[in-house]
Amino acid sequence: MVNPGDSRMIKDQVIDEKVFYVNRALLKQYADASGDQNPIHQDEAFAKSVGLPDVIAHGMLTMALVGKYVSEIAGGSANVLELGGRFTKPVIVPSGADVDITVSATVTDVADGKVSLSLSATSAGVKVLGMAKAVIKK
Amino acid sequence: MISPDSIGRTFPGTESITISQSQIDAFCAVIGESDTSIAPPTFSIRISLDQSEAILTSPEVGIKWDRLVHGDQKFDIRRPLKAGDVLTCSSTIESAREVAGNEIITVRSDISTADELLVSSWSTLVIRA
Repeated sequence: MVNPGDSRMIKDQVIDEKVFYVNRALLKQYADASGDQNPIHQDEAFAKSVGLPDVIAHGMLTMALVGKYVSEIAGGSANVLELGGRFTKPVIVPSGADVDITVSATVTDVADGKVSLSLSATSAGVKVLGMAKAVIKK
Repeated sequence: MISPDSIGRTFPGTESITISQSQIDAFCAVIGESDTSIAPPTFSIRISLDQSEAILTSPEVGIKWDRLVHGDQKFDIRRPLKAGDVLTCSSTIESAREVAGNEIITVRSDISTADELLVSSWSTLVIRA
């Protein structure tokens, strides 16, 4: 992980990736913390009954973890000004498995005390967020 | 289908919402955030989606929440939320369109204290045919 105090960020700089792991217990924990108790994120039989391959993670859990990554780059969540992206594919979370969410970033612009980042998030090699971007105070 | 009259409408948040430290702590614990003095960047989703659900599923708008998939999400954070903040959340249905039988609706949520806008967020919601 980059140390935010280390150096000034420059355009096209690639920032070290970070790997988060999610499992069924974390999905339950996120459901309770966010209030989103949709059974597709907890109940395998229900998820399969609506045509999903298995339980899937909340898209907003992925974005929350991306937010944590961006907060570290920014030197704290108080410096995160904008964050967004599109949910392109679900993060599939089989029973008993720890599934990766791998996040990385590239600096796309540095101007007026702000740094713009292009973000990537994958799980099991599949891109799960598209057009993900953030702007941080730097 | 969404009622055409509701597109472009702003629904003011009437209920005031108070953020508690335990809510922030629980959210931080999930993502491994040790700084619990402010809410993490995406914390406000629990307020805005609740509000959007109440509005979009009201008879006057007419959306079926059980067919809904979250398409896009964006946050514009002017000041992070913190424990003790007393907030209201207004929602504006910015656009609605139909693609291959699915309805795609963008809702902007503005979360404010009595005198300051703190977070605006945009949720694109896909209601599957």
